Amino acid sequence: MNPQEPVIKTEKLTKRFGDFIAVNEITFEVYKGEIFGFLGANGAGKTTAMRMLCGLSTPSAGHATIAGFDIYRQTEQIKRNIGYMSQKFSLYEDLTVLENIRFFGGIYGLGDRQLKSKSQELIERLGLQAEAKKLVGELPLGWKQKLAFSVSVLHEPSIVFLDEPTGGVDPVTRRQFWALIYEAASNGITVFVTTHYMDEAEYCNRISIMVDGSIEALGTPKQLKSQMNETSMDGVFYQLARGAKRGE
Amino acid sequence: MKQFITFVKKEFYHVLRDRRTLLILFGMPVAQILIFGFALTNEVKNAKIVVVDHAKDEASRHITERIAASQYFDIQEGLMDRDRMEAAFKEGQIKLAIVFPRNFRNDLLHQNHAQIQVVADASDPNNATTLTNYVSSIIQDYQMGLNENATLPYQIVPQIRMLYNPQLKGAPNFVPGVMALVLMLVSVMMTAISIVKEKETGTMEILLVSPFKPVWVILSKAVPYLFLSLINVLSILLMSVFVLQLPVMGSWLLLFAESTLFIITCLTLGIFISIKTQSQQVAMLISLMGMLLPTMMFSGFMFPIENMPVPLQIISNIVPAKWFYIIVKSIMIKGVGFEGIWKETLILCGITLFFFVVSLRSFKIRLE
Amino acid sequence: MVTLNNITKTYNKGALKAVDNVSFTVEKGELFGLIGPDGAGKSSIFRMLTTLLLPDGGTATVDGHDIVKDYKQIRSSVGYMPGRFSLYQDLSIEENLHFFATVFNTTVEENYHLIEDIYVQIAPFKKRRAGKLSGGMKQKLALCCALIHKPTVLFLDEPTTGVDPVSRKEFWEMLKRLKQQGITILVSTPYMDEASLCDRIALMQNGRVLSIDTPQGIIAGYPSSLYAVKATDMPRLIHVLPTYEPPFNSYIFGEYIHIDMRVMDDQPPIENLTHFLTNAGFEDIEVVSITPTIEDCFIKMLTK
Repeated sequence: MNPQEPVIKTEKLTKRFGDFIAVNEITFEVYKGEIFGFLGANGAGKTTAMRMLCGLSTPSAGHATIAGFDIYRQTEQIKRNIGYMSQKFSLYEDLTVLENIRFFGGIYGLGDRQLKSKSQELIERLGLQAEAKKLVGELPLGWKQKLAFSVSVLHEPSIVFLDEPTGGVDPVTRRQFWALIYEAASNGITVFVTTHYMDEAEYCNRISIMVDGSIEALGTPKQLKSQMNETSMDGVFYQLARGAKRGE
Repeated sequence: MKQFITFVKKEFYHVLRDRRTLLILFGMPVAQILIFGFALTNEVKNAKIVVVDHAKDEASRHITERIAASQYFDIQEGLMDRDRMEAAFKEGQIKLAIVFPRNFRNDLLHQNHAQIQVVADASDPNNATTLTNYVSSIIQDYQMGLNENATLPYQIVPQIRMLYNPQLKGAPNFVPGVMALVLMLVSVMMTAISIVKEKETGTMEILLVSPFKPVWVILSKAVPYLFLSLINVLSILLMSVFVLQLPVMGSWLLLFAESTLFIITCLTLGIFISIKTQSQQVAMLISLMGMLLPTMMFSGFMFPIENMPVPLQIISNIVPAKWFYIIVKSIMIKGVGFEGIWKETLILCGITLFFFVVSLRSFKIRLE
Repeated sequence: MVTLNNITKTYNKGALKAVDNVSFTVEKGELFGLIGPDGAGKSSIFRMLTTLLLPDGGTATVDGHDIVKDYKQIRSSVGYMPGRFSLYQDLSIEENLHFFATVFNTTVEENYHLIEDIYVQIAPFKKRRAGKLSGGMKQKLALCCALIHKPTVLFLDEPTTGVDPVSRKEFWEMLKRLKQQGITILVSTPYMDEASLCDRIALMQNGRVLSIDTPQGIIAGYPSSLYAVKATDMPRLIHVLPTYEPPFNSYIFGEYIHIDMRVMDDQPPIENLTHFLTNAGFEDIEVVSITPTIEDCFIKMLTK
C-alpha cells in the first residue's frame, strides 16, 4: 500500500434519483495495493456508489478518477482496468471451469497463448485440476467464489471490486478466500470490498462506513474502534448505522 | 369461497398494475385489427396495367380511355401480346391486364352481349380484388351510358381471372383469424407466464404451504384471463363492425358462447404449459413456438389448409385454433347457427377436456 | 414438536446428496437454529418439513403430523418464510397481509396481537408496494405474513442472509419476543455469530449434522485450547505462525489470529508463544487464552 499513489479518488461524488439522494457528496481515496472495506447498512447507497466507481452509472455531481481515468469521460478505459465480482453473478454455471476462465480472459483481451498459460496456472493454484472440465454449477459455492475471484483478477486489473463475495460461504473457505485477497493485494492490486461479516472488516487496511448516503466514518479498524470507544467492529457499525433513517 | 375471491382480486391487481402487460393486452387486438383492416381496404393508386386490345374498335377505345383517365391505373405501353404479358406478370411489372376480344363492338351491338377478360395478379389477393372491382365498375359505367338510349340492354361481362391464388383465400377472413390469434396469445401465454412467475418468485412455495388447495391456486389464476379475453373478443368485434364495416351475420350470443369455449381451451393449455415449466422465459417460448406459430400456420387463417401436403393437413386437426376459426367464420360471415357448427364445437370440447385432465394429473402438490 | 428420523434427500437421481441421514428433535417453544454455509442442506430440510419436498428416506413429523401422509394438516398449521423474499412485489404491505390472512382462512384482526409488535414498525408505509421496500422492511412484512395465521411452528429459512448487522440484530429481537409467545421456531442461517441467540443449534455441513447442542454445550465441548494472537505485522505473523513446533492450526479471526492447540503439547503455551514471536522479531505481542465462539467450533469440526 502506498499513500502516494491513489488509484481511486473521489470528490463530493453524488448520485440523485429524482428527489432522492442515493449517494451524497462522498470524498475518499484508496491507495495502490490497499484492501478497502466499503461498509454500510442495506440501502445506505453502497451499491449505487460502487456502480459509479465501475463506470456503470453516471454521477449527478462531483468528480472521481479510477486508475487515473475520469469517471465521466473515460468509462471504457476504467472498465478495462478493473475487475468485478459479486455474490449474485460471477460465473456461467452452464460452462465448465476452463470455459469460464477462457471466456472472461478473452473478454478482457488476453491473447491465446497468455490465456492458455494463465488458465493452467490458475487451475493449479486453486487445486482444481480434477474439476477443470466440470460445469461450474457442480462446484460447491466456496470453490465457485474462489474461482470467480481469481477470474476477476486474471487480466491483472489495478482495482478489483468485490460485492459481498463471501456471503453464505463456510468459515474455512471464507478464510481461504481472504488469503486470495491478500495475495492479490500484495501483487499491487487494490481490493475494494463490501461485506456484512464484521470480522472481515478487520481484515481490511482501511474501511469506510456509509450511513444514509454519506460516509460517516473512515479509517483503519483500529482508529475507528478507538474513535468510537468500542472493542469490536460490530460495536462501531452498530453505533453508526443504528441512527440510519433511510429504509426503515 | 372467500379465499377464491380474494385470490381472483389479487390477480386483477397484478394485471392492472402492470402497465406494459395491460397495454399489450388491450392494445394488441386494436393494433392487429387496424393493421389487417387497412391492409385490406388500402386504396390502390397508379397500379401498372396493360390493355391488350384485339378489337381495336370504338367501344374498346372508349373503355380504355376511361380506364386511362382514372387515377387508379397507369397503362403500360408496348406489351400487346400474350407472351410478353405473362412475363411481365411474373416479374411483377404489371398487376392487371385487360384483354378485349376480336369483334368486341360487333358482339356488343349485334348480340347485345360481349366479354372482356380481366386478368389480375392475385398473389396479393387484397390488391387483386380491389383492382378488378375498379375495372368492373368502370365497365359498368360505360355500359350504363350505352343503355340510356337503347331499347334492348347491352351487356358487357368482365371475365375475371385470378392468377396464382384463384380462391383469394384468407383475404376477407382476417377478423376470425385475429380473434384466434389474440385469444391464443392472451389466454395461453399470459396464464402460463403468470403461474410460472409465482414459481419463480417463490410465492408458490408459500401458497403450497397453506390450506388453500393448490388446484384452486391455478384455477383462480385463470379467471381474470377469461374475463380479459372476453373483453378482447368484444373489442375486436366492435372494431370490425364499426371501423371495418364487417357485420356479424349470425348470432352474437352464439359467437360469445363459442369464444368462451375457445378461451377455456386456451386457458387449459396455458395451465398445462405452466405446470410443465419452471421459468417465465421457457413458458413464453413454448407458448409462442408451440401455440402461436401453429395457430398462424395451421388455422387456415394465413395459408389455406387445402393446399397443404396431406400430413400437414392431418396435423392441422389438433390445432384448436383451426376449429375456432371455422366456427367464427361460419357465424360471422355465413351467419350459420349452432346446427352448422356443432361438430367443430364438439371437437373443441374434446381438446379442452383432454388438456384439463392431463393438467390435473400432472399437477404437483409439492415442489418436484 | 418437530422430529426427524434419518431423513435423507438426494437430487439428480441420487447424484447429489443434499441431506444425509439427519435426525433431531425440536421441543415445543424452542428457538432452534440450523447453522451452516450454503449447500449444507438447510433449505432442503425446511422444504421437507413444510411438505414441499418428499424425503428419499427416513421419517419426520411436525406437531405430531407425518410430513408425507398428513401434509394437509401441516400446511394449515405451520408458518413458512422461504429464503428468497417471496411476497407479491406489486401489492402493497396491507394487500399482501390481507391476502395471506385470507389464504390461511383467517383475518388480520383475529391474530393482530401476534404481529402487532412488528407490524407497527411498517404500518406507516402500509400503502407502499412491497417491491419498493427496503430489505429490513421486506423482512418484517414477510415475517408478519408468515405469522398471521398463528402457526404452531414457524420455519424461517435464512431470514437474515444479505442483511446488514443492525437489521439482523433487530430481527433476532423480534424472534425472541415471538418465542415468549410460545411459538416454536426453526431458523436457519449461515452467520455463525447468530448461533448463540438460539436455544439449541445443529451445525451442518454438506448435508450432515456435525453437532447438536445448546450453543454453550457446543462451546464447552471444544476439545482443545484456543489462543488469540496479535502483533504489529499481522501479514507476516500469518506466515510465521505455521513454522512453530509442535505445529498447530491457526487462522485469522477479526483482528486476531486464532491458534488451536492441544494443551498437553506445549507448556506453558502463552509464554512459549510470546517467546517464539519475540525471537522472530515481532513487537506489541499479545497472546491470550480465549473461549471459542461457535465459528471456532465449526472450523474445528471442519478441519478435523
